Amino acid sequence: MQLTGDRFTMDTAILGNDISTLPNFPAEIRAPQGTLLGVSSFQLHFADHHIQTPGDAPDVLVAMNPAALKANIRDLAKGATIIVDADEFVPRNLTKVGYETNPLEDGSLSGYKVHPIALTSLTVGTLSDLNLSRKDAERSKNMFALGLLTWMYSRPTETTEKFLTGKFAKKPDLLEANLLAFKAGWNFGETTEEFSVSYQIAPAKMPPGKYRNISGNTALSYGLIAAAKQSGLKLFLGSYPITPASDILHELSKHKKFGVITFQAEDEIAAVGSALGAAYGGAIGVTSTSGPGLALKAEMIGLGVMLELPLIVIDVQRGGPSTGLPTKTEQADLLQAMYGRNGESPVVVIAPSTPKDCFDMAMEAVRIATTYRVPVFILSDGYIANGSEPWRIPTDAELPDLHVEFAPTEENFMPYSRNPKTLARPWAVPGTKGIEHRIGGVEKADQTGAISYDPTNHDFMIRTRAAKVAGVQVPDLEVDDITGDAQVLLLGWGSTFGPIAAAVEALRENGQKVAQAHLKYINPFPKNLGDVLARYERVIVPEMNLGQLAMLLRSQFLKDITGYNKVRGLPFSTTEIIEATMAVLGD
Amino acid sequence: MTDVTLTKKDFTSDQEVRWCPGCGDYSILSTVQSFLPSLGLPREDIVFISGIGCSSRFPYYLETFGIHSIHGRAPAIASGLAISRPELTIFVITGDGDALSIGGNHLIHALRRNVNLKILLFNNRIYGLTKGQYSPTSEAGKVTKSTPIGSLDTPFNPISLAIGAEATFVARSIDTDRKHLTEMLQAASVHKGSALIEIYQNCPIFNDDAFIAVKDGDTKGATLLQLIHGAPIKSETHGVIMENGSMKVVELSSVSESDLIVHNANNPDPSYAFALSRLSSSELDHVPVGIFRDVARPEYSTMVNQQIADVISKDGAGNLDSLLASGDTWEVS
Repeated sequence: MQLTGDRFTMDTAILGNDISTLPNFPAEIRAPQGTLLGVSSFQLHFADHHIQTPGDAPDVLVAMNPAALKANIRDLAKGATIIVDADEFVPRNLTKVGYETNPLEDGSLSGYKVHPIALTSLTVGTLSDLNLSRKDAERSKNMFALGLLTWMYSRPTETTEKFLTGKFAKKPDLLEANLLAFKAGWNFGETTEEFSVSYQIAPAKMPPGKYRNISGNTALSYGLIAAAKQSGLKLFLGSYPITPASDILHELSKHKKFGVITFQAEDEIAAVGSALGAAYGGAIGVTSTSGPGLALKAEMIGLGVMLELPLIVIDVQRGGPSTGLPTKTEQADLLQAMYGRNGESPVVVIAPSTPKDCFDMAMEAVRIATTYRVPVFILSDGYIANGSEPWRIPTDAELPDLHVEFAPTEENFMPYSRNPKTLARPWAVPGTKGIEHRIGGVEKADQTGAISYDPTNHDFMIRTRAAKVAGVQVPDLEVDDITGDAQVLLLGWGSTFGPIAAAVEALRENGQKVAQAHLKYINPFPKNLGDVLARYERVIVPEMNLGQLAMLLRSQFLKDITGYNKVRGLPFSTTEIIEATMAVLGD
Repeated sequence: MTDVTLTKKDFTSDQEVRWCPGCGDYSILSTVQSFLPSLGLPREDIVFISGIGCSSRFPYYLETFGIHSIHGRAPAIASGLAISRPELTIFVITGDGDALSIGGNHLIHALRRNVNLKILLFNNRIYGLTKGQYSPTSEAGKVTKSTPIGSLDTPFNPISLAIGAEATFVARSIDTDRKHLTEMLQAASVHKGSALIEIYQNCPIFNDDAFIAVKDGDTKGATLLQLIHGAPIKSETHGVIMENGSMKVVELSSVSESDLIVHNANNPDPSYAFALSRLSSSELDHVPVGIFRDVARPEYSTMVNQQIADVISKDGAGNLDSLLASGDTWEVS
């Protein structure tokens, strides 16, 4: 199902529509088919105008079995179109998910436009001339469904045909089966009276340029490769497989021709340890993980704080605590990233706001880590990691200069001397003559870096490390307050950008005055944040946690914050943010 | 290679050495400092990385690059450095608690990958820095602060563990035997890949004379079974024979020299070196010292970087513009 969703998304993006997707699948690789637990879905929202989210209530549902229908029907918009594989609506499958009567027959779907189509038998019939097992033939029914939707929404067929040709290049019989099923689905849509209306969606208005579709994890990977090129440094990823971050490891391991080194370590600790070792040697050291892995890496990140080396920690957040909800999204690692280490252990924390923003924020992480010699967290999450949107591909000239200098050979080298502006210590890599020195996790003496138990020195070093992070240059927070006199500010961070922006748009269309701002830099906060907060009577912070950013804001700015918190493993819907805002506006 | 001849003094840092008086670490440090010039490498190309524990203070005392890292993780940090900078010569300094308890996972994986790390495992069979708890190599029944009526744990044999972890070079030496330890260091540095040297090290404060049997002039001649490639395996009084498919230590007087096993450190079959490692018990009745195993297998960092070089020579270096524009794209005007 994920593949079908991906293809439809691509075909739609190429047509110039704006898109936003929400893949949603169970943690189990082969969860029992036909059960509610095993339902894998892919939600796509496309439009001829700019859109922010995968949408709250789909207008069309394709349900391959009764379980898929049952799991998704409550999300559908009233009057939505439902296409089902009628072959699957047999008593056994119905009872498995608790349907006492067949919903296709009992009138319970009368509020929808229902199209029961025998997808399985049509597909098997289409492929009857091929020498395929029934099981292999049935597998092609996704392509039949895709062909049908492609026709319904006038998407181009060439790209999917090209994709299938590449994917099954070495399996000609499966290629033929999938192509036939895809075409048969398209033809079915065209010829049956059932679909007498074919939708035409006009292209959306977007800035000129070359575009592609990109997911957050791919954008992060590309951003890191671009940063390696712009800095002239080697890129090293140490990682241990974990959902939903593994795709970063997969993606980067494909790009050896950029000199990228990927190291699948024995555990999360070794993954970040190897990245820190590589950073010591002068590479961009990166580790990618999710919440449980981050918990294991804590001590090594603390060492990174002490050694004052560049280190990039990507946390693609998922539902927690513990194993939690591995395939669902959440923003509840913010405080872990900020404070989840022993001692006073400041790090930089940044958070991309959308899938395409991951590209820019990866480069920002490299800029900050290499300039200030400090661990930098990138807090992504399952929503933007797997979700995708159109991305205008940047030109070479648009990429930042990330050039850095290593410490040169010098007499009386002081490994803990500091750049007066950035407070960074020298990046002194092995192989440089005359600057041999020892560093470690024991408190360092200022300048020399020798072991020091001196109370005054410890206090000084603690404050210096804190001042260094507090002094990291980040852009000011931009506020979108079109009338300039809104009293309520909606302030988000990370992946909530889409639903908040969609809600603000809708509220304004309704005549409401609301301002919006989005924090991508959380530690340090933008310098103007205090002023921004002071300007608004009420500040609403929607977060997929129980109020972690709100806690940071209250403690730093003594500003009362109205939290809007949901931890359901799903992104916010636009409607719920509108309602939460209306409640505050009506106070 | 450098054209300047360095001396022991060149490898001695300005830091005051702070181990307890009489600690075995002093003699190991002195031996390593004397050995390093023989590598013929400039100091800046050598890196010592340690974990936590008494032995892990080692890097501070050497005038090379060094990291005193966190407990058990030195092989992980060193692996990242070795893979990204394969031209460096990297030593890992660790102890029995650091390598075999908290860091056991990293040790075995560094060994199986055959990363080019020279791992010196100082085994004093006790936790010294935390003041005297039993370690994973302490003999069963050991009475310590945390085991007032005796430890119940079966100890690790570090040599057996390393061989089980697919190590390509495994040796054992003794802190105070400078000549033997130097030979082991030389052999390890020539070896391409990971090399583990277990060094019996005396802790005079919490486990004094733990290795007296291999150091005392009256007993060591009989206890130490010398592993010398191409020579029969024997001590001054005992030798090793094969009997019913097993290795056995017998008195030399009971067999003829030709019955003794002739040592082959290059034996590809790890069960040979493993059998040798089982000749020693924690009671130290008989202790093989020397190189148990020294076999060739491709080194990890070399392979990682070769894969990259091969891809580049086949497909050319990566082009960022074409990467970013890969897949399906469209123009908006």
